[in-house]
Amino acid sequence: MSLLEPDLDSVVRLPRQSARRRVSDRAFLIVLIISFGLALAGLVALLWYVFDTGLPAFGPRLWRRFPSLNPAISGARSAVFGTLWVLAVTAVLAVPIGIGAAVYLEEFAPADKWYTRWIALNIQNLAGVPSIVYGILGLAFIARGPIDLGPVVLTGGIILALLVLPIVIIASREAIRAVPESLRHGSFALGATRLQTARRQVLPAAVPGIATGVILALSRAIGEAAPLIMIGAFTYVPFNPTGLDSKFTVLPIQIFDWIGRPQEGFTQLAAAACILLLVILLVMNAIAIWLRNRYEQRW
Amino acid sequence: MIGALFCCAALSVAVTVGIVLSLIPPTLEFFTEVDIFAFLTGTDWAPLFVPAKFGVLPIVMGTIVVTICAISVAVPFGLGTAIYLSEYARPRVRKLLKPLIELLAGIPTVIYGYFALKFISPFVQNLWPFGDSPGVFNALSAGLVMGIMILPMVASLSEDALSAVPHGLREGAYALGSSKFEVSTRVSVPAALSGIVAAFVLSVSRAVGETMIVLIAAGGTPNMSLNPGEAMQTMTAFIAAAGTGDLPQGSTGYKTIFAVGSLLFVATFMMNVFSNRIVRKYREVYE
Repeated sequence: MSLLEPDLDSVVRLPRQSARRRVSDRAFLIVLIISFGLALAGLVALLWYVFDTGLPAFGPRLWRRFPSLNPAISGARSAVFGTLWVLAVTAVLAVPIGIGAAVYLEEFAPADKWYTRWIALNIQNLAGVPSIVYGILGLAFIARGPIDLGPVVLTGGIILALLVLPIVIIASREAIRAVPESLRHGSFALGATRLQTARRQVLPAAVPGIATGVILALSRAIGEAAPLIMIGAFTYVPFNPTGLDSKFTVLPIQIFDWIGRPQEGFTQLAAAACILLLVILLVMNAIAIWLRNRYEQRW
Repeated sequence: MIGALFCCAALSVAVTVGIVLSLIPPTLEFFTEVDIFAFLTGTDWAPLFVPAKFGVLPIVMGTIVVTICAISVAVPFGLGTAIYLSEYARPRVRKLLKPLIELLAGIPTVIYGYFALKFISPFVQNLWPFGDSPGVFNALSAGLVMGIMILPMVASLSEDALSAVPHGLREGAYALGSSKFEVSTRVSVPAALSGIVAAFVLSVSRAVGETMIVLIAAGGTPNMSLNPGEAMQTMTAFIAAAGTGDLPQGSTGYKTIFAVGSLLFVATFMMNVFSNRIVRKYREVYE
């Protein structure tokens, strides 16, 4: 018997998988695909229903006309502008503070100190606080109470900024952490201080990741209604904001208002406004994805 | 400059302190007017009526019923989605499907509420198998839709936990002749269990804290019932409903917002802390 010839008798023959095991394997895969299918079905049903109901009422009048008691001539102009105003205030507040906090935690905070761990833990827990609790905070301190601004654009912007701050911080920290140490070491070796390194090397390299996180945070803010209801923004506002001290309404609140009305016309309008909100979100997310793909750097 | 950066980071602590400070004083005042024991054990909730009744259990019950409905959709199907994506789907398929699931997480809750009330609720009314058909507003519609809303979070957190399990463990099981089903259920899922439990706890916390869906679709009647086909009010929906009415500052009704808010904050905060702890404490550290 030559050495090259395989000794068939000594090859271990694996038993074929038993029928029972094959069936359970198949059945499990089917269960998994059903789970996944349910999520997709939910998404498809929601989008189909909203578009099917809302498209007939969708049109320029949504952003050209102010809300009215007659659904046939009603629009959401004040809500569209209110959303833009509040979102601008939110961005102006949350973006610099969030990035500042992230830079501090990643680049300067002493990792072994109790207060650093405490701040990081606190941010994580804040991200899980229900949005309506931020509304209570706004009601107690900002809309009424010591600051007493009333239900105005600035109040709404501050509340939403506090709400999305943890998201901005967490996303920015991840983006900053992804910047390789060698970049910092190179900068230090050339005599740069830690502050110069953070500002001129680390931040620019982290901008795509930070921008993606910021857009995601703002798209969370744009859909929030509950905290704004708490500060008293759930009222009839047939005019655009003219400043930070104007009363305002936003798209989600306008939708909520229309859902509560019995006429069929308002149900359609609510769906049309949902479409508008979804389109805005889609554009924001598309920008985020484009930013990520365009500027993503592999280190 | 570094001081300014530190202030940015410290602001987050100030927010937590602000939340606690906004809740505690009115809550304490509330309990000088209403007996805390009667509040926590009472079964009649009508704080804004005359005569006012301050038994919080009906809205706690409403919260629990809606949460159970939501969790029974979100957790099994979310976990199934996660196992499918991490154990079965090819990388190309996963890259295509994951953003679709994440799309669900980005939809505003007011739109989910609309969907629950106008689309799901008629189904629930028509397909209700026991006795009287439910009304337009019912806890089940709100809970089911909330489940779909939370599903992506469960899926994404569980998938993170599953993909942290090193391939060597799976390959070892395959080498011993295991099928994919056996590897998934006896190796991957047990190894990722801490992350999956954390996802479960977080999803409960999300369901308890969600406002708009229940405000729109679950109805506004405090209800001591366990029947999800009935209209119910949750803690969050009560807070929002009381917030829309212009309650005079300083009235007992106004302080009720804060008392219920404290309960909600304590419940969700404990769950979030617990979930974070599970992840840190029981995480298997793989090389």
